[in-house]
Amino acid sequence: MLTMASVMEIYQLLPKTNCKECGKSTCMAFAVDLLARKVKVEDCLPLVREEKYRANYQKLSEIITPVGDVTETGLIVHEDKCIGCGNCVVACPVNVAADPFGAGSGKAPTSDKVILKVEDGIVRAKNVEECRRFGENKILCVACIDTCPTKAIEFV
Amino acid sequence: MVVCLSNNYYVCTGCALLCDDIEVELEGSSLVKVHSACRKGVARMKGCETPLECAVNGKSTDTDTAIKEAARILSNAENPLIFGHGNSSSQAQRKAIAIARKTGAYLDDTSSFCQGPIIEAILQGKLRTCTLDEVKDRADVIVFWGADPSSSHPRHMSRYSYFPRGKERQRGWEEDRTAICIDVRKSDTAEICGNNGTYIIPPGEDAEFMDALVSGLSNKVPKTSFDFDKKRILELTNILKKAKFGVIFAGLGLVYSLKDLEPLFALMDKLNSVSSFHLIPMVGQYNMRGSNHNIFEETGYVNRVKFGTEVLHGPEYSVVEALKEKAVDAALIIGSDPLSSLPLSVARYLTEIPLITIDPCQTLTSSKSDVTIPCALAGVESGGTAIRMDGVEVEMKKIIETDRLSDEEILTRILEAL
Ligand code: SF4
Ligand code: SF4
Ligand code: SF4
Repeated sequence: MLTMASVMEIYQLLPKTNCKECGKSTCMAFAVDLLARKVKVEDCLPLVREEKYRANYQKLSEIITPVGDVTETGLIVHEDKCIGCGNCVVACPVNVAADPFGAGSGKAPTSDKVILKVEDGIVRAKNVEECRRFGENKILCVACIDTCPTKAIEFV
Repeated sequence: MVVCLSNNYYVCTGCALLCDDIEVELEGSSLVKVHSACRKGVARMKGCETPLECAVNGKSTDTDTAIKEAARILSNAENPLIFGHGNSSSQAQRKAIAIARKTGAYLDDTSSFCQGPIIEAILQGKLRTCTLDEVKDRADVIVFWGADPSSSHPRHMSRYSYFPRGKERQRGWEEDRTAICIDVRKSDTAEICGNNGTYIIPPGEDAEFMDALVSGLSNKVPKTSFDFDKKRILELTNILKKAKFGVIFAGLGLVYSLKDLEPLFALMDKLNSVSSFHLIPMVGQYNMRGSNHNIFEETGYVNRVKFGTEVLHGPEYSVVEALKEKAVDAALIIGSDPLSSLPLSVARYLTEIPLITIDPCQTLTSSKSDVTIPCALAGVESGGTAIRMDGVEVEMKKIIETDRLSDEEILTRILEAL
């Protein structure tokens, strides 16, 4: 499993022709947006169309998953890595504030306002607009990233 | 002993943490969603992919016939072996002990080659212990020694030992708690404890490291033959000294590397003369500790016993020695898979004697058995009680109905048929 692809890694796999077919001015700009999941791999038309890019297209599609699961804050849970330990659930300051005697005390969440909770053994993100990394007073909170034993949470 | 019970919550039997805050969604009689259990727990609760069939000599049959055949094998044997128990309710364990008594059997459980000695020392009052709830509410220094809960007991750190806020630990783990990991490799748990909190020692040197800590705690120079950085040992002993409520979680790594428990006793004594320390064994199977408690209540020993006119105890009555010496002539295996978990050279003998397996799922051992009797999945299809890794009794409730008997019912009927 590939993690945290870098912009350069992505750029290397693009046509590097700056053809602008995607609507961006350069392939590098496209790579930046792709990393942030603002665009899809398929938005690079030559990559999809031209046979010579086939291998790179495939590789990029592998790197840039799971596209569908990015929340508005950019939070991604790599479901294949998450073991459902609940460390992030108990550590998230928003969870603690919303549910001090449930999630904040190590137990099953008892509030609808929590961001992270474990279902079927994998963490799910809800109410992401409450995440400290989001909104006007955003801060660079790392509580869920630092407490994860398997590095299953990523922000893009 | 406290019995944890709540109305909407169920207990997970995926490991001896026995998480008691599990909610489920049902569709008919199957679990469609499990809330709050870790991945390991969900896998356990959703049941096995290949359920065990009721069979005698490979032919499917009804439960009555299989139970009769099991009783016949056990009655005909001179020295049967009854082994497993870690995945059975306490009620089933007591029935297994009764069968062992009646048939003059060797009785042993998996603690025989893992946490048995530690639990025995706790039951004999030789090691100071506490409950996981106390750890959550009070512990400020938490030592994982030869233990990797992130793999073995995934919710350990979030439920009790590190991350949750507790009565005297309201400010969260960053300020209120220090987690230390002592291990032979950088485990997932070590990642969480960070470089400062991680002490990597060579395999088999745990006793020497304990001695070095005792030296450090006694204000002597902590020497080790493997030249561990003395400054780091003193940093650690300083943390240990300042603990208001310390706890050591003893993992299999620690148990396997000690020849006897003396170095651990010495360390715990020293720790308790300078601060306050407790020890909890990282028991694996959900009711392994219950088995130790039940056998102890009945015989005064935690495992490795042989029933007869009197109860014999010793290493020669362990499952490993009994099989190596071919001292037994039939075996009843309950909720365990010795053909996978014991060295093949030892376990192979099981295939040469009449073998009975009681389990919800097919296992390598069941595939070599003469009699197989499927039982209900404890904590999901049957209830009862079990003992958590810290000695607290937990009540399990049945979630869904099944036609299969519980292991307790099967063992009761075997006992009656003897
Ligand atoms: S970044 Fe902070 S607030 Fe946002 S989900 Fe993670 S722990 Fe919670
Ligand atoms: S800390 Fe990591 S592994 Fe644990 S539940 Fe959260 S995302 Fe999953
Ligand atoms: S930590 Fe153990 S008891 Fe708790 S949910 Fe996971 S497997 Fe079940």
